[in-house]
Amino acid sequence: MVQFPRWQQLLVLAVVVLGLVFVSPNFLARETAEGLPGWVPSQQINLGLDLQGGSYLLLEIDLDEVAREQLDNLIESLRIDLRRAKIGYTNLGVDGQAVAFQVRDQANLQQARDILRNSADQLLIESAEGGVLKASFTPQAMRDRQAGIVQQSIEIVRRRIDETGTREPSIQQQGDQRILVQLPGVRDPERIKSLLGKTAKLTFRFVDETAPIDGSRVPAGSELLSSDELDPLGNPRRYVIKKRIMVGGDSLTDAAATFQDGQPVVSFTFDGVGAKRFADATRQNVGRAFAIVLDDTVISAPVIREPILGGRGIISGSFTSQEVQDLALLLRAGALPAPLTILEERTVGPGLGADSIAAGKIASILGMIFVVVFMGTIYGLFGLMANVALILNLVLIMAALSGLQATLTLPGIAGIVLTIGMAVDANVLIFERIREEIREGRGPVTAIDAGYRRAMTTIIDSNLTTLIAALLLFQFGTGPVKGFAVTLAIGLITSMFTAIMLTRLLVVTWLRRRKPQALAI
Amino acid sequence: MALIRHVPVAPNFKFMRRRNLFIAISAALVLASVALFAVRGLNLGVDFRGGIMIEIETRDAANLGDLRARLGSLGLGEVTLQEFGNPTDVLINVQRQDGAEKEQIAAIDRIKAELGDQVAEYRRTEFVGPKVGDELKQAGFLATIFAMLGITVYIWFRFEWQFAVAALIALFHDVITTIGLMALIQLEFNLSTLAAVLTVAGYSINDTVVIFDRVRETLRKYKKMPLLDLLSLSINGTLVRTTLTSLTTLMALLALAVFGGEVIRGFSIALIWGVLIGTFSSWGLAVPILSYMNLRAGLVGGTDDEGEKTKAVEKA
Repeated sequence: MVQFPRWQQLLVLAVVVLGLVFVSPNFLARETAEGLPGWVPSQQINLGLDLQGGSYLLLEIDLDEVAREQLDNLIESLRIDLRRAKIGYTNLGVDGQAVAFQVRDQANLQQARDILRNSADQLLIESAEGGVLKASFTPQAMRDRQAGIVQQSIEIVRRRIDETGTREPSIQQQGDQRILVQLPGVRDPERIKSLLGKTAKLTFRFVDETAPIDGSRVPAGSELLSSDELDPLGNPRRYVIKKRIMVGGDSLTDAAATFQDGQPVVSFTFDGVGAKRFADATRQNVGRAFAIVLDDTVISAPVIREPILGGRGIISGSFTSQEVQDLALLLRAGALPAPLTILEERTVGPGLGADSIAAGKIASILGMIFVVVFMGTIYGLFGLMANVALILNLVLIMAALSGLQATLTLPGIAGIVLTIGMAVDANVLIFERIREEIREGRGPVTAIDAGYRRAMTTIIDSNLTTLIAALLLFQFGTGPVKGFAVTLAIGLITSMFTAIMLTRLLVVTWLRRRKPQALAI
Repeated sequence: MALIRHVPVAPNFKFMRRRNLFIAISAALVLASVALFAVRGLNLGVDFRGGIMIEIETRDAANLGDLRARLGSLGLGEVTLQEFGNPTDVLINVQRQDGAEKEQIAAIDRIKAELGDQVAEYRRTEFVGPKVGDELKQAGFLATIFAMLGITVYIWFRFEWQFAVAALIALFHDVITTIGLMALIQLEFNLSTLAAVLTVAGYSINDTVVIFDRVRETLRKYKKMPLLDLLSLSINGTLVRTTLTSLTTLMALLALAVFGGEVIRGFSIALIWGVLIGTFSSWGLAVPILSYMNLRAGLVGGTDDEGEKTKAVEKA
């Protein structure tokens, strides 16, 4: 152990120098660091949301709702096709994961089957007794569709957040149907939460004028929806609206908040196809009422006074100007393919983040001072060498955090402070071994050699067991706790290096220069 | 000036004479912890119970009574308020609302609307829905079990099975008594205090391994020394190191508990206790358990000759 080949000595020095190089950008202003030439390490430590302030939102996509909707759509198209083919049927509805109906006249069974087959791709069709047909989507079709929906949802979430002007948001898929959104520096998470909580599915549909106005009977193919307006009794006004969509929100090319007669409204523009469909529909139905429906709520139900041909229109309702801004934003960004639920929120204000950084700094520095003074007092010169290792250990931890771009969280800082306390353990083990060797009558060189050698297995065993705990914390922890696991693990590895290799370099160099007759410990 | 010169390399305490007392103390601590856990329960944080936690900074020194009355009028069920570090800092815990995630979000909106005029800054807003709360509980439980198993398997690889059994028992002791302390002082049990529990497991095993290493070495060295003496000798041989490392770790943790801020105080307190209990359990529980096992079966390595020689030095 006292034999310390030159290449090993150089390796130790190289690691220390690399550590210093990687840690140095942290002492520059962010702009200066970013302006450094490409070959110089310029990464600074990534602060977690709990330190820089910001919002962490975990969203879940309601895929069940999508499956339900998909079956509902199948039913609607079957209803129309069967009626067109004049095939009598009963009991058309959802049965578990499938759509089922009964053909009245067995003679039509094959024809009904063909209609069913053509109504959607990748259907599994079964027939049962009594002319019952059942259709469900293949598992592959479900999976593909769900994957598509997740991707599309992430895209829409990204667009909505970008529209709010949040800088550097992180939006990632987590698991099968979740989206993790991290928004550094966000001060008003409530607005973003409310933006993400809306599906923003806009449809233009006709009011079903064949149904009684009080909604006491809702014909098949229509549904009863409530609106934001109040009737004279103070209850939300309700409308019977056809399920068939005249034009959907996906045909919008632009939407903007504006004013009309002093009222905040949203103006919108259709794309070519949407404009034509809207023009045709309004031309053929002058005098009838249509409804603008957003997420199953009727915003307004105006009567068509004249055909609307220009592909432009206005949505008015009882809006505040903030609501109009948000609605325009949602329409521009597009509708979510499925509703999102916020499962978890963690928001830290900028004040607490700054306080946490300051407190973490003080605790680290004081912890460091306590340990350094203690080690110096107890072990004298050897203690000083352990202290050099301790300080460089801190440098290496910070360098590793910068280089790996790991995220430093508040528990992460706690991990560093804990490492400061535990890092000297390896040195204490070595020094105590050296003391034992001296007591057994060995000279300085042999004692040091044996001390390092014998302490080694113990150091590795004890550090590896703690490393196991750290890795499991990383595996099972979330957010800040993961940050703790990261710094703990990095700290264990760097402290093994500094406590063993670096102090050894110092001790061996000292031994060669001074050639002491006795060791002062 | 090195003070260590005045400290004996290996003190000569007869640890094993009191081994049954130490085991009894450990057993009493575990029983007390289980009783506390059963009677008082844990003060579950928002991570595990689900619900809402909001930390606010008020414009003027907070009037808790007034805030309590105002929040109470919202009908959100159990709402607890506590001053958090500063007179202007208040921590609000709201129970999990009936219903799904939507109801929790609505409750946050109502709280913020009610308190708007008094609040200078929302320092923290945390909401954990029922689904995630259950998942976190499960993940936390699994992490604890897997950490203990992983550590035990490692010890089993590196040592004989008797050591692994003793280490596992000591590990359970440390984890249970740390949870017992949390029940006693009603320290909030959340993700970070759970991390503290796992770290305690890691630290405590670290300490145990150092002593076990020495036991194994001494076993090879002194083939004929009575087991109890041998175990006492091993503890004494590592006692200075155990004490010094515990002290430096405690110093760092003390700095963290006092100056690290309110958010991680609970975490630091759990760790401080864990370091104390983990250090005790290494020599006070793990080694006494070893004393009841047949450690000399199947040991290899070392010669009697070498053993006797070192023994001679020991006597000198």
